[in-house]
Amino acid sequence: MASTQSPVLECKGISKFFPGAIALDAVDLKLYPGEVHALLGENGAGKSTLIKCLTGAYRRDGGMILLDGEEVSPRSTQDSQKLGIGTVYQEVNLLPNLTIAENLFLGRQPMRGGFIAQRKMHAMAKDLLAEFGLKVNPAEPLETYSVAVQQVVAIARAVELSGKVLILDEPTASLDRDEVQLVFSVIEKLKARGLAIVFITHFLDQVFEISDRATVLRNGRVIGTRELAGTTQTDIVTLMLGRQLEDRIHDRAPSEAGDTLIELKNFGRRGVMEPFDLTVRKGEVVGLAGLLGSGRTETSNLIFGAIHADQGEALLEGQRISLKSPRDAIGHRFALCPEDRKNDGIVGDLSVRENIILALQARQGWFRPLPKAKINELAEAYVKALDIRLASLDMPIRLLSGGNQQKVLLARWLATNPSFLILDEPTRGIDVGAHAEIIALIERLREDGMALLVASSELEELVAYSTRVIVLRDRRQVRELKGDEITTANIVTAIADEQMAEAV
Amino acid sequence: MKLKAMLIASAMAFVPVTAMAADLTIGFSQIGSESGWRAAETTVTKQEAEKRGIDLKFADAQQKQENQIKAIRSFIAQGVDAILLAPVVATGWDEVLEEAKDTEIPVILLDRTVDAPDDLYMTAVTSDLVHEGEVAGQWLVDETAGEKCDIVELQGTTGSSPAIDRKKGFEQAISGHDNLEIVRSQTGDFTRSQGKVVMESFLKALGGDNICALYAHNDDMAVGAIQAIKEAGLKPGEDIKIVSIDSVPDIHLAMAKGEANATIELTPNMAGPALDALEAYLADGTMPPKWIQTESKLYTLEDDNQAVYEEKKDLGY
Amino acid sequence: MASQVHSTMKRIMPQLIILIAVLFLNFLVFPDFFRIEFQNGRLFGNLIDVLNRGAPTALLCIGMTLVIATKGIDLSVGAVMAIAGATAASIVVDGHSWQTALLGALAVGALCGFWNGFLVAYLRIQPIVATLVLMVAGRGIAQLITEGTILTFLNPGLIHLGAGTMVGVPTPIVIWVLLGLIVTAVVRKTALGMLIEAIGINESSSRLAGINSRVLIVCVYLISGFCAALAGVIVAADIKGADANNAGLWLELDAILAVVIGGNSLLGGRFSILASLLGALIIQSVNSVILLSGLPPEFNLVIKALLIIAILVIQSPTVKHALYILRASAEPTPPAPAPVQEVKEGTQ
Repeated sequence: MASTQSPVLECKGISKFFPGAIALDAVDLKLYPGEVHALLGENGAGKSTLIKCLTGAYRRDGGMILLDGEEVSPRSTQDSQKLGIGTVYQEVNLLPNLTIAENLFLGRQPMRGGFIAQRKMHAMAKDLLAEFGLKVNPAEPLETYSVAVQQVVAIARAVELSGKVLILDEPTASLDRDEVQLVFSVIEKLKARGLAIVFITHFLDQVFEISDRATVLRNGRVIGTRELAGTTQTDIVTLMLGRQLEDRIHDRAPSEAGDTLIELKNFGRRGVMEPFDLTVRKGEVVGLAGLLGSGRTETSNLIFGAIHADQGEALLEGQRISLKSPRDAIGHRFALCPEDRKNDGIVGDLSVRENIILALQARQGWFRPLPKAKINELAEAYVKALDIRLASLDMPIRLLSGGNQQKVLLARWLATNPSFLILDEPTRGIDVGAHAEIIALIERLREDGMALLVASSELEELVAYSTRVIVLRDRRQVRELKGDEITTANIVTAIADEQMAEAV
Repeated sequence: MKLKAMLIASAMAFVPVTAMAADLTIGFSQIGSESGWRAAETTVTKQEAEKRGIDLKFADAQQKQENQIKAIRSFIAQGVDAILLAPVVATGWDEVLEEAKDTEIPVILLDRTVDAPDDLYMTAVTSDLVHEGEVAGQWLVDETAGEKCDIVELQGTTGSSPAIDRKKGFEQAISGHDNLEIVRSQTGDFTRSQGKVVMESFLKALGGDNICALYAHNDDMAVGAIQAIKEAGLKPGEDIKIVSIDSVPDIHLAMAKGEANATIELTPNMAGPALDALEAYLADGTMPPKWIQTESKLYTLEDDNQAVYEEKKDLGY
Repeated sequence: MASQVHSTMKRIMPQLIILIAVLFLNFLVFPDFFRIEFQNGRLFGNLIDVLNRGAPTALLCIGMTLVIATKGIDLSVGAVMAIAGATAASIVVDGHSWQTALLGALAVGALCGFWNGFLVAYLRIQPIVATLVLMVAGRGIAQLITEGTILTFLNPGLIHLGAGTMVGVPTPIVIWVLLGLIVTAVVRKTALGMLIEAIGINESSSRLAGINSRVLIVCVYLISGFCAALAGVIVAADIKGADANNAGLWLELDAILAVVIGGNSLLGGRFSILASLLGALIIQSVNSVILLSGLPPEFNLVIKALLIIAILVIQSPTVKHALYILRASAEPTPPAPAPVQEVKEGTQ
């Protein structure tokens, strides 16, 4: 449908060089009105660089940009906005303490007699957002609404300002399933209006759900552009990685786990998590499934002592233990990779090396420093074993990509040689390659006899590696699935059944 | 004027009766313990009252005017015979002084004055800061007797009235004497440690041999400077003559050792003259002048400084 | 090892350049500035004065650097100096030895630090508020100890700590240099430094990684109190008297400024004690310029403010960036963005 029209935006041979690296190598891209065009690639493939060249944040070193057939050269993001190219980032860059209406019309408020015409502005905001199917009070501060609503407000603002091309850079990364649907409905409406939309994401399912075409970048080059209607996920992943991924769902090892390692009885905390029982054996991966807010993270944090349980008891190999703080838990050789990597996981300004040894050093105490040689040996070993991509062990961890940060956190805990590893959303927001590697790592650790508890919202993933799956809802355990029962369909049913039961 | 005379007459009619009926009761509102001198003033005031058999009610305001106003009101309520006030600031006293006047209780200001009509208080007992500087300057004029002498000056806290006035008085005294010249002047913030630091820099910048005398706006800075001079290998008091103001015990100790040459007393005994004036007034109605200037006594090496030190050291400096 | 020296040099280079510039300014106003003589058994000269007079700020900024690295601040150090000086003076005046006085003062300082640390780490009071308590109350406590007077003492042992010399070098210099070396060695040779930085950068992550953040936070405030006590003893010994009203007055601000000039972020994280110490020397050199210039004291604060503003502006990220661009565009090759951007690219 699209190819019969002329493109609204066309990139011809865009190149960008960084010292010692070619970030973009003669990239071509055509965007047609009324299409959603996914831009795919592993981290570092050149997606962000391309976007920055389009929006004028970077100056391109070669090639041309045609907008409606005319050559343009935006010099700044404001410049590109005026031309008609709007951008919305994952981290909403609006002002959370201003009202929704103020955020929408900042810098071009309707005026009356030298004052802002508040009522008119609110009415305009209401109408504007109603077009996107959003019913909110525009006089409320933006921060009182969810990230999804904020995302839609950001999109509305961008569309109002620009109106030809909309670039969405990972708009759904921090949204849950329902919120994603809200954003998608907005995208559909914009598509119907004839906007060209660039969609960048790590979620392949979402790509197939909303996009018409996809362009895959690898190492700064366009590998291919595909109509998605006739393409499979495997095709796309193959393009991205340049190699055939092994089938992600494979035969599960028989769930013959070893001895019981940890046993929780009536464990919980009022107002956080209903008391629950849980047993994890050596050589077993227990999956925690459930919707957002069902208690996955709370369960992880309670067991690790990050949240102090006020009832129940914990037994480690039959002995009662106290789990009042993370230090207690670490002392018993527990480990937790938290869900919120940025705020609870990495220590951004410390080097990768320091981040790797942090937990081990903390357990040893400050007065018994790890010898330099040992530190380097450990860090290098894990960088190699987990294939962490970095320029130097001395670089701050915040400069790494999400997937590599996650691997460093895994390295931090593996370095403490844990007997019980808790992973909370281990694959959130990371690229396909790292994703597969982390799943493989979980399997390997299980085979080595470690006990693992993995909370995840990716059901296929849970099905792939869990020996048992516990389904949570409303901060309660509702079902345990074993062996062949573990399928995505069964997990969904377990969540849904319960909901129906509640409804009756 | 008529009215004022009448008021005084009526005051005369009542007050002596109460004075005779019982011992005097006097309220004293003190600023607080801001410095050693202040502590000595409190001690001396208490001593003076005891000597005269006066019942002194003491109130420490902790550097807050509202506390002083509260204290004065409570003195009025208790019906004291007179109030001594060392005001923390100059402004904002009109209302409470009116109240005292209405109840015919005389108020005497100690050490500092206020911005209020002068009929609201009986008298103010203060020293003359400019005069203190003049005495210091005159001492140096006499001491050098025409010989050339380069002076370094340690000023008080920049912009404070003692620093401005003591500088002015000193400069007035030495003007016209071409042998005397202030070659460096810097603030020592009235503190011992800054006095030492700044003196060190004077010694380095000018060379100890080129400094003939030091004039410090207070004794504390002079005490600090004496240490700096000693550490530079010079003899304070001989190689460099030292004159300062306040007459705190430690400077007398230094003078007893010959390490300082002269100090001008800022007497902590403000209460003595105040109570003298009050007693004269109560006895026969003698109105004191609106300003009683305390003596700015010069101490030199000819005085028995060890004795002065012993006398002063327990006053709370 | 060599790379470590190299990275340390790179870290302190801006501070070194500024220090040299300010020292040169001293030389301009007073040509004999760099002359050092040996006189009466002690080194004597303006440069020695800068090192000696910088001692209180230098000592304070050692502890302050660690506190600020944990995202905290210690406003009480000036008042703790007064308390410690008063304690030491009253102990020797009561006839005890100077060793007892020193130990007593250091113990009191450590106790003050412990109190601050307890408020911050256990009661979770904001550091600026928690330490404000002692900043306000501390001077009153010191006045209670000295009974409002300057408590003069003659104990030669105690006086030696402030006014004496060790092999010709004024004792305060020996003390701050030694303490700086010891604390640097302790934090860098053990894991203390890294753990403190981790807490300052991200306390939540640090706690979940098993770092005992509360104990470490108490620890840094304790060190700060200890440093302040040492500074207080030196200041009292220097003038042979404890001046509760004026000892260490506003010095907490100089200490914070020294840490900032040292390029340490007030938001916590990476720190360098060496750079802070250079910051303290820079401040003292600025004071020296003012004293040596011979200008009337009304100019003191203006000159200091102008020099400090100039120093901070030179260090500001905007100016640094502009300098970088200037240098890059002076080269024939096309201007390249900072290499950081290249790496960052991967995260987006």
